[in-house]
Amino acid sequence: MIEWLYDGIITPLQYPFMVRGLWAVIIVGILCGVVGCLVVLRGMAFFGDALSHSVLPGLAIGYLIGGGARGPLLGWALGTAVVVALCIGAVTRTGRFREDTAIGIIFAGMFALGVALISTGGSYSMDLVHFLFGDVLGVSGRDLGWTGIIAVVVLGALLLFYKEWLLLSFDETLARTLRLPTGRLYYSLLVLLAITVVAALQTVGVALMLAMLVTPPATAHIWTRRLPSMMALSAVIGATAGVTGLYLSFYIGIASGAAIVLVCTAGFLLSLLVRRRP
Amino acid sequence: MSADVTAAAGVSAYGHEARHQPEQPILEVKDLAVTYGPVVALEAVTFTLKAGDQVAVIGPNGAGKSTLFKAIAGVWPATTGTVRVGGSAPGEHICIAYIPQRNEIDWRFPVTVADVVLMGRTGRLGWFRRPGARDQALVRECLEVVHLADLADRRIDALSGGQQQRMFIARALAQEAELMLMDEVLTACDTPSKEEIYRILERLKTRGVTVMVSTHDLDEAAEHYDRVLLLNRRLYGFGASAEVFTAKKLTAAYGGVLRLVQTPHGTLVLNDSCCRRGDAP
Repeated sequence: MIEWLYDGIITPLQYPFMVRGLWAVIIVGILCGVVGCLVVLRGMAFFGDALSHSVLPGLAIGYLIGGGARGPLLGWALGTAVVVALCIGAVTRTGRFREDTAIGIIFAGMFALGVALISTGGSYSMDLVHFLFGDVLGVSGRDLGWTGIIAVVVLGALLLFYKEWLLLSFDETLARTLRLPTGRLYYSLLVLLAITVVAALQTVGVALMLAMLVTPPATAHIWTRRLPSMMALSAVIGATAGVTGLYLSFYIGIASGAAIVLVCTAGFLLSLLVRRRP
Repeated sequence: MSADVTAAAGVSAYGHEARHQPEQPILEVKDLAVTYGPVVALEAVTFTLKAGDQVAVIGPNGAGKSTLFKAIAGVWPATTGTVRVGGSAPGEHICIAYIPQRNEIDWRFPVTVADVVLMGRTGRLGWFRRPGARDQALVRECLEVVHLADLADRRIDALSGGQQQRMFIARALAQEAELMLMDEVLTACDTPSKEEIYRILERLKTRGVTVMVSTHDLDEAAEHYDRVLLLNRRLYGFGASAEVFTAKKLTAAYGGVLRLVQTPHGTLVLNDSCCRRGDAP
């Protein structure tokens, strides 16, 4: 039995693409798990979803220009995500529209632009599927390096500005009476989220990104009392779900992104059942 | 609590270093008006407080009480007129504490009572500095002042209404606030909690902390505060409750919402505040 289990775990590791894929889902699981806690607590789920979808035109332009080369794609995606995040932030802060309306307009418009651009290329449906649902087994060593660097930068920033972002998220009025630069903190948080989304794109894709940002933190919220432990547990859940999902996809032949998200969802439902509120 | 808690006023590591000029009043509001687009929330409000004053702000729903507090705290700009705290603009100070209404806070947030009180230290710490042993000790002292030390590690969603308010008062103390603006601090409290908060207000008075409390309760306003400020967009009265709570001024401020009934024992005030519409943002 143990031998069988051992073989089951080791066998896929003979394939380099599988090893790279596993590293990718671990890094992304940790990154999204931690950053996602702020998304969940601040009620920014819709923003995160919109952000990932809005990256599509950037990916499409990068794809059309670079002819499918992966390197520049990441740069295009990152640029688009940051611009979109700042635009949504600016429209929201003017207060002329409700936040969800502002997000909805930009989200749908950008996504449509992305689909339109991709449809001008030759192999429309196949490429779109990769963008939408991720291609974790196609991760190159170079991609992995970039994902790792992004993760270190984002988590480092979070460590440095933890108390300011916590304060901004819990009680913005206090942040303002303590004269923190709330505007700059807010926008930098949006940029941080944009970077995270781009780093996770290849793993789970545009359409399922939201699950990585929201489900592990929500599960961790059920089990923990304080934000640091919520972030730690959420990171563990994200990474574990990534690895489990990837193995599942290897053995039963389902799409890897979907498998990862389904494991996350199952973990959440199980937690909800086990830990019912009195 | 240590003596330096209220000494080093307004020195912030985020770049604000306004100091109080001793000859200036702690709060001076002159001809203040605040408008939200076409809506006039406050106009022509003028009054002055000296250090240690405790004032009840009375007015019907939507009278602009929260707006007044946010303008004084410097988190919402005055459209016209001026607010001066210790002689300078409120936005230069970190000694002004705004104690939020319950519905402004997400109580599911995973923080403990001590975490929230520690947030009050942020303004003194500045970038990249983590709270040290001295900050932790101060948090402990502040929790003791409001009798919450035994609940320091409790999650905030497990607190009663009165405990929530005392936690925010402790946070204001940790902030070393000299001017505390308490929005509806007593609204959600039962009678024992109210008594506890009144005792805390007494303690704040001996420390020279200036306090403004918005409330719906005219009787308690008359009983527990030095002065009352009657507000409904404009200032209808400011002074001792006997001077302000006259039938004429109350009717003017409340309009039809307030019923004044003459009884053999004096004037009975019926305050119809059951149907909350919520104050302006």
